[in-house]
Amino acid sequence: MANESSLLSLEGISKDFYGNVVLEDVTFTVGRGEIIGLVGENGAGKTTLMRILFGMPVIAETGGFKGRIMLDGKQVAFTSPFDALDAGIGMVHQEFSLIPGFTATENITLNRESMKRNVACDIFGERMSVLDRARMRTRAAKAISRLGVKLDPDILVSEMPVGHKQFTEIAREIDRSNVKLLVLDEPTAVLTETEAEVLIQSMRMLAAQGISIIFISHRLHEIINVADKIVVLRDGKAVKSVPVKGVSVHDIATWMVGREVKGSSSMLSACSEKVFLKVDNLWVDMPGETVRNVSFDVCEGEIFGIGGLAGQGKLGIPNGLMGLFPAGGNASLDDSPVPLNDPHKVLNNHMAFVSEDRRGVGLLLDETLEWNVAFTAMQAKGEHLIPVLGGLFKLRNERTMKLLAEEYIKTLEIKCTGPKQRAKELSGGNQQKICLAKAFALKPKLLFVSEPTRGIDVGAKAIVLETLRRYNKEYGMTIVMVSSELEELRSICHRIAIVDEGRIAGILPPTAEIAEFGLLMSGEKTGKNGDAA
Amino acid sequence: MNPLKKFEPLKFISDNIVTVIFLALTIIAIPFSRLSGIYILSNLIDRFARSAFLVFALILPIMAGMGINFAMVLGATAGQIGLIFAIDYNVMGIQGLLLATCIGVPLSIFLGWFCGQVLNRARGREMVTGFILGYFMDGVYQFFGLYVMGWLIPIRTREVMQVTGSGVRNTLALGPVRGGLDNILNLQVGPFHLPLLTFGVIAFLCLFIIWFRKTKLGHDMRAIGQDQGVSHSAGIAVDRTRIMAIVISTILACIGQIIYLQNMGNMGTYTSQRQAGYFAAAAILVGGATVSKATIMNVFVGVFLVHSLYITMPIAGKEIFKSAMVGQYMSDFINYAIIALALVLHAWRNKRNADLARAGLRGHADKDSALAAQAGAVQ
Ligand SMILES: Nc1ncnc2c1ncn2[C@@H]1O[C@H](COP(=O)(O)OP(=O)(O)OP(=O)(O)O)[C@@H](O)[C@H]1O
Ligand SMILES: [Mg+2]
Repeated sequence: MANESSLLSLEGISKDFYGNVVLEDVTFTVGRGEIIGLVGENGAGKTTLMRILFGMPVIAETGGFKGRIMLDGKQVAFTSPFDALDAGIGMVHQEFSLIPGFTATENITLNRESMKRNVACDIFGERMSVLDRARMRTRAAKAISRLGVKLDPDILVSEMPVGHKQFTEIAREIDRSNVKLLVLDEPTAVLTETEAEVLIQSMRMLAAQGISIIFISHRLHEIINVADKIVVLRDGKAVKSVPVKGVSVHDIATWMVGREVKGSSSMLSACSEKVFLKVDNLWVDMPGETVRNVSFDVCEGEIFGIGGLAGQGKLGIPNGLMGLFPAGGNASLDDSPVPLNDPHKVLNNHMAFVSEDRRGVGLLLDETLEWNVAFTAMQAKGEHLIPVLGGLFKLRNERTMKLLAEEYIKTLEIKCTGPKQRAKELSGGNQQKICLAKAFALKPKLLFVSEPTRGIDVGAKAIVLETLRRYNKEYGMTIVMVSSELEELRSICHRIAIVDEGRIAGILPPTAEIAEFGLLMSGEKTGKNGDAA
Repeated sequence: MNPLKKFEPLKFISDNIVTVIFLALTIIAIPFSRLSGIYILSNLIDRFARSAFLVFALILPIMAGMGINFAMVLGATAGQIGLIFAIDYNVMGIQGLLLATCIGVPLSIFLGWFCGQVLNRARGREMVTGFILGYFMDGVYQFFGLYVMGWLIPIRTREVMQVTGSGVRNTLALGPVRGGLDNILNLQVGPFHLPLLTFGVIAFLCLFIIWFRKTKLGHDMRAIGQDQGVSHSAGIAVDRTRIMAIVISTILACIGQIIYLQNMGNMGTYTSQRQAGYFAAAAILVGGATVSKATIMNVFVGVFLVHSLYITMPIAGKEIFKSAMVGQYMSDFINYAIIALALVLHAWRNKRNADLARAGLRGHADKDSALAAQAGAVQ
């Protein structure tokens, strides 16, 4: 709970990117051991505000900011993140910053390794000390256990599922001894609800030890669950700063958007009886998401949901079918076999995939938004190209590319300055919308989407789901959607399969009782359509 | 459990294609050369002692993500400058070698530091930049050897001077220091002649590298080699660490070249350093290292394979083409070709892996549209 003397206060922070105002006179305080929930729509300025606090170089490079930051009663002006770290501020960024070929231990202790001195140190300095691997491992294990998760300290980051990468990053911040304030920018976006629950537990623990936390999330119930105080940003202004007591998810959503949020109405199109995708005895070796034996049919024009708890294998299914991880078994699309373990061939089959791991792959960050949206369609289908000299050369069709980008900026409400803005200048949530737009632009016959609304704000969530439904209806696109949010699945799917221990525990209609889904997820009951374990 | 992870002979070969090609060539050349096993082996031992040290100079920069350090030529040059002085002052045997090292190492530190500065400004193009730096150094070195020596710094010994009376000779006989290291502690086992002290130095170097990998500095180099951005944001002094990798590499190249030349007994004053660079690059690549990964094992395998070919190829050439020259050309040609092949393969693999990683969202890329997209991107 908050102490009388506050740890951090932000006073009148303003920031613009070349005239584009993204923060305006933001003021709030953070008490010791207090958890602040920072919320706002995609592009409201949350990440930018945290970058200012953390002294990130992009801020100075783009003209600095206005306002004062007070830490422990003293004004601070960090010129680099290292100053912020020295002052006891830890930050987990929206993008991962881990070294892929290093183990969890090596990443957690990166540049703070335990060392044993030796004679060489006296001559050549501290860096000649030998690493004390045993101690590093204990430290890593301790930081991991403080988070209350199961994570092998010796596993390579490149072999970890997304959720574990997030825990590794948070463990790294916790391992720092002087940390007073932890900034977590959408740490739960890549986590499933159960993993998020674990993280929230450990946030409470850390707060109880006196560490203050600024927590950014689009999952508003988490904010209500864990925060002491809520700060709402709308279009760069702090419109609310209130204790969490008595506040409802609906209240926050309304403050964020500044108008009433409408729920999406569910109106499903009818789908044919014809089997379109047939999967038989699929196994997938995806670390942390192993699929053991899965069989199911998806009808033409159906939206098929796949749910289940974290680590049970639901993510493995699309990743395996798309050839991104070693897989075996049989799959056929429209009666022709789908080649496994061959990502190139699969794509010839009019299948597209929006991966749950959108941070690493997919976007060309230095390119413009329109180029990013059109790129895949251009490569796959030769669209947006004008043949010159009887097809000897092809030029990019700037006009149709622009139209395409504009169409998606409108449908998905992507917040940007226009189709020519570069992808890296967009906020995290808006980048994810581009990933979706890319896949939509392909108009595939079968679309796999994995966690489509992750990192996307409440208002935009409905838009994304609505777009999926519209494409399904208008173009007869068959969609397989993997999500850890049951409500989301129930709102748009025709049928929902629940995966448990790498097998399908059962397939239910969206109208089934929540309790029934719960039973399948907990492995209590095996449904009639299921593949008996 | 996982059938895809079992040993696949084809994949193994394709991953180690350079080594496999070299092994095949050697196996073909041996019978044609009609050399005896004992002859080949005793030659191999001698050549291993001569040149292994040089190749070790390349390991650290590869670990630090800077690729093959073609600028190791700078270190070799420093070693040669040291030797020129040792001969000119007529310091004999091991003392001469130590004097050369004492002159060469500080020079290497300076050159390595300079080279590291340049390479830090040429991020992502370290290899080609290092290559060009080697040429630049050649110019400076020739200026030094041909004009500075004998003009600013007087040459004392006649045998060092060009016949024209100024500058250092093109070929320098290293008589006084010849075998300065090799002959100190010797063991004769049957037909084989084992220079124990030289082996000791190499063994020590291996231990050093193993130990170094475990130090904080070595660990930082590995981190930087994988991701400079992340390392930087973790507070690792990226630029400094990269410079250190190059400095150590340059020092090792200097000592390596001194060891190499004391075994050879004469030096091509203006050419030996360059050969050292090509040889080391070829050897480590033939040993199975890539531009981004190298181990001690790669050095050993590479040195043995390259020398096996050097020993057998000229003789096999003489037998087949009735001309030793052809064989000599062949082994030189293969030497350069292997560097080119390894680099091309590396670029190809990188591209393939990037494609695979990106394939998640990519549609069916038929050749035409991909080319067109590229053409479009250029405009
Ligand atoms: N480097 C930059 N150059 C130009 N504009 C930028 C830059 N970085 C961010 N912006 C703009 O600032 C605004 C706020 O972005 P910010 O990343 O802070 O949003 P956010 O609240 O974190 O959103 P999200 O929930 O999507 O992560 C966006 O409109 C974005 O386009
Ligand atoms: Mg953000």
